[in-house]
Amino acid sequence: MNGNQSMSVAASDATAVDEHALVHALRQGEEWAFETMVRVYGGRLFAVARRICSNEDDARDVLQSAYLSAFRALANFEGSCQLSTWLHRIVVNAALMRLRVRRRKPEDSIEALLPAFLEDGHHVEEFAEWSMPADRLLEREDLRATVRDCIARLPDQYRQVLMLRDIEELSTDEAARLLGITATATKVRLHRARQALSTLLRREFAPAVTVPA
Amino acid sequence: MMTCRELTEFLEHYLAGELPAPVLRVFDHHLALCVNCVRYVSQYRDTIASGRRAFADLDVPVPDDVPDDLVAAILAAR
Repeated sequence: MNGNQSMSVAASDATAVDEHALVHALRQGEEWAFETMVRVYGGRLFAVARRICSNEDDARDVLQSAYLSAFRALANFEGSCQLSTWLHRIVVNAALMRLRVRRRKPEDSIEALLPAFLEDGHHVEEFAEWSMPADRLLEREDLRATVRDCIARLPDQYRQVLMLRDIEELSTDEAARLLGITATATKVRLHRARQALSTLLRREFAPAVTVPA
Repeated sequence: MMTCRELTEFLEHYLAGELPAPVLRVFDHHLALCVNCVRYVSQYRDTIASGRRAFADLDVPVPDDVPDDLVAAILAAR
């Protein structure tokens, strides 16, 4: 067993891994490197998949699908971020795709979900209160599922930024790196995603009243 | 006087505590006069909290290992 091969046995977490050496071995097609990549990073990634999918079987499929995508895309891994960060993005994307397939609902247009304004700058819509306070609504699992359902209906790029920032709780800079956009663009996109989700939740939790012209 | 449209544009910075004092005063003045925007801001906050809450129960401990059968399946599919 050489030094690199011993990494596959000795590494119990990502911090113990020489990523540069691992990526090099992966590109060389070394069998031990692929197993190391799965065993070292897989536990945390599996937890992410389970959190998003809320289904053990789906999470397994997502993890498998994500790793296969990663294996095929290794040539495109530029090393500008950590391998764990790159894998995290792939798993989140795979899980979100699975979520949408499960929901079998088309995504909504973002423009239709953003607030509309009159010429004088007032809101078109008069916002009704949610039927009960948010903390009470969310005591019910069926309504928490409604929230997840609404998130799944957001267009891809908005759902991704919202998941990364609000659910996975990455910083703006971390999310920006994952998405390949600037921090400013990440903030703008997140704001629009939250506005759109707010509209979807209002439709579920509060009756809307449109101000007469 | 800030409009409702302008208020929504400043909302992220408001929630992040990043509004300069003069803008914050105008923002708060609008909220004092506009119940519709108070509800909008409140629901925006609730939206963020709802997203977190909707997934929070799904938090599971990070396992030490990926199950061996899953590792085998991943490597076999490669």
